[in-house]
Parts: sequence; C-alpha cells; structure tokens
Amino acid sequence: MAEAIFELFRGNREGGQPATYRVPIAPGMVVLDALLYIQAHLAFDLAVRWNCKAGKCGSCSAEVNGRPRLTCKTRMDSLPLEKPITVHPMKAFPVIKDLVTDVSWNYRVNKKIPPFEPRPGSEWKMYQEDVDRVQEFRKCIECFLCQNVCHVLREHDKVEQFAGPRFFVRVAALEMHPLDSKSRTRMLKDELGIGLCNITKCCTEVCPEEIHITDNAIIPLKERIVDEFYDPVLMLVRKIRGAKQELS
Amino acid sequence: MRRDAWWLELLPVIVLLGAFGIYATLRAFEGTYYEWGPYLSPFYSPLIDPRHRWWPFSPALLILIWPLGFRVTCYYYRKAYYRAFFLDPPACAVSEGVKRYRGETAFPFVLQNLHRYFLYVAFVFLIFLWHDAFHAFFFDGRMGVGVGTLVLLFNVILLTVYALSCHSLRHLSGGKLDCFSCVTFAAPRHTAWRWLSILNERHMLYAWISLITVGLTDLYVRLVASGAVRDLRLL
Repeated sequence: MAEAIFELFRGNREGGQPATYRVPIAPGMVVLDALLYIQAHLAFDLAVRWNCKAGKCGSCSAEVNGRPRLTCKTRMDSLPLEKPITVHPMKAFPVIKDLVTDVSWNYRVNKKIPPFEPRPGSEWKMYQEDVDRVQEFRKCIECFLCQNVCHVLREHDKVEQFAGPRFFVRVAALEMHPLDSKSRTRMLKDELGIGLCNITKCCTEVCPEEIHITDNAIIPLKERIVDEFYDPVLMLVRKIRGAKQELS
Repeated sequence: MRRDAWWLELLPVIVLLGAFGIYATLRAFEGTYYEWGPYLSPFYSPLIDPRHRWWPFSPALLILIWPLGFRVTCYYYRKAYYRAFFLDPPACAVSEGVKRYRGETAFPFVLQNLHRYFLYVAFVFLIFLWHDAFHAFFFDGRMGVGVGTLVLLFNVILLTVYALSCHSLRHLSGGKLDCFSCVTFAAPRHTAWRWLSILNERHMLYAWISLITVGLTDLYVRLVASGAVRDLRLL
C-alpha cells in the first residue's frame, strides 16, 4: 500500500516542532483522513479541529504544504508524495495546541459591526434582483482561511486597525441589503481599515466557497468609500442637496 | 512555507509590464513616426501641437499620462504590480519580510481612489480612438481597408471592452445601489450592472490583451511610418 509522509506541527503557544508520521494512502483520501489516522493510530494526543468533513463547517482550516486550505477538501492525490506533506496551523492566529488555533479575535471583530437594521415601515418583500449579490455572501462558512491568508493580518499583524476579508464580506452583505437602513461606510474606513487592503486577491484565491470576495465585496465597498470620502464631485452634490433640503 | 514555484506567477507580470513600460517610455519621448496616411498611433491620439508651437516635447507625453493613470489605478493592475514589483505580498501565504505597511491609506497609494476620474478621461480618449479607427478607412478621401485599418479597429474594440469591464464603471452603473427595484430607471440600471458585471469577470484578461494590442498597434504604425514595412491594402 502506498504511503505518505506527514510532517505536522506539534506544540502550543510557547512553541513547537515538526513531527513526522507515515500514513497509508487509500483512494479518495483527503488530508483530514490522514490526520485522523495519525490521531487514531500514531499520536493519540494530536489536536485537530474538525466537524463535518464535508467542507461546510469551516473547522478544519490549516496550511497544507504552506497553502491555507480546508484539510477535508484537500485530496491526497492532488499533493506530491515525493516529499513529506507539511500540515501547520493557521499562521495568522495564535496556536492553542498542534493544529488548533484560537480564532476568537474574529468573533470580537464581528461584534463591532452594527447588525441589520430594517428601514422603519419596511415591506418585507424582496425581489430576486435585489438579493442576488447578498446571497453569494451568505455562502461563507467562516473557515477564516481568508483572514489567515490576508497579508495585512498574517504579515503585518494589523489586528487592531483591520477587520479582514471575512468581515468585509459581512459588511457588504449588510450594506447591499435592500431593506437595511444603516450606513457602515465611515466605520469601514476608520475602524475596520478597508484602506489597508491592497486588493491582492489572496482571500478570493483561498475561499473554499468560491465567494468572489475581492471583486464582489471589497472593491464595491472601496468604491462606496470613494463615493463618500474621496470623490469631490459627489461631495459637492451632497452638499448642494443638503443645502437645498435645509432651505425647503 | 510554500513549496511550489510561487514565483513563476510573477514572471509574466514582470516581463510584460516591464517590457511595455520600457517600450512606451521610449516611444513617448521619440516624438516621430506616429502617423502614416490615415493611421495615427494610439500613443499620440489625439494629436496635440505636432508642430511644437507651444509644447516643445513629444506630443505623446501629453497623452500617455492619462491611460497610464487609468491602468496604474486599475483594480486589476494594482494586484499585479503590488505583488510583482512591491512584493506586497509576492504571492499568497508567502512572507514579505518585516516592513512598514500602510496599504492604500496614505500618499501615494491613497490616490488610487481617483480611479473613476481616470475612467472618465479614458472614455474621452476612446472617442478619439474610435474617430481614428473610422478615419483609418479613408485613404486620400476614398474608402479602403488596409492592415493598419484592422489593427486600429481591433485595438479600439479591445480598449473599449477593457474600459467597460472596469470595477468603477460597474459600481457607478448600479453597483452603488442597495436596492435595484427601489430607484428610478431601476430596470435599465440593473441590466447595465448585470452586463458590466459579466464583462468585469474577465477584467484581468481584457487588461492584458488591450495592453499588448495597444503596444503592438503603436509598433505597427511606427514600422509603417518609418518605412520598415509596407501597409498592405486589402480593399
């Protein structure tokens, strides 16, 4: 039977080192299967977070051969077996143990975002053309691979100034909602730090749900920021309209 | 650490953008061989002060700054050159080393927010380029088709498609609306947004093809104007 050599990060917040395991390969196997094999037969104390093994719960995010991926959606036959397959925890988040990271920072960011606030007296009826865009964003499984790969968080550690792609998707879903009345553009600029994003599209590349994060969420939000804060003509139009409303 | 050859994806960007940058700079300063018969190079269109009455330098210098601004602030090219030239990041999940990072919040990159203004200017230039393509059908007052006619026509079509696939245009056409069905002209705005979104999906492709063709179009006009090749009359 064919074998694969795995090099897993073993350790915790204080540090760790790679440990090597040999795993028999079966047809149709994914990396998560191999991790569970290791946990069951070779390293009983290996910490791996997983739930559905169907690419829908977003729990098993890790870095396979240096690429952020869901281990349950990474087929073994897509990986070269000549060299050991490395599996490391997500780099952008603190390690709890082995492959499990502490992603609670994301939930704290999420709490900052004002939730959906319907216009008073809204008729609860929506047309498909109005919710097409928002429906794409609802596919997010919160695996946080986009947060992990984003260099603003991963390399520059701007956790205080930057919300990350996952939350730009959430804000986009709220901002583009036909019944929502709240504006979050100032918050996007000042608190969620969308200006720090330089649209290098890594979030889109790693998204297992294939959400067009950059093109459909981040860039439209950046354009809304331009409308509000950088477009002198629109600013003038708003001023004139405001003055007219005051006069009337 | 990524083990694949991630740097390979940077090479075409470095080569193509680098080569185009060098060629366009040389041509911008050259100031000659920009028209022949009914053909005018897109680098020099619209032709401003060719006899140097008030502008002593190459007329292309007055022109190229605008398409350059449009491409430099383009959402696709930003990705390409931030990765390839600023290594910010060089590739996904590849370390870029410790350095100060302010993204697009401070000068000069905060100026990327002016993209839509370059888009407006790009449309003005497209009007001139369509005029040039139309003009290229007339040789000494008589209608005809040369290879250059087709080259100019092909070039302006691709430039138009590239401009129409722009993210800012997609936003202005209807993307800025929260509710398509709640505004005046809802149906045409939604239709426009939907069609522009289809084009926008291939914005990268159009960005590259139009860059290459605009360079080749100028090269063709230069070769014909300098006498290095003869324009073939097809009709």
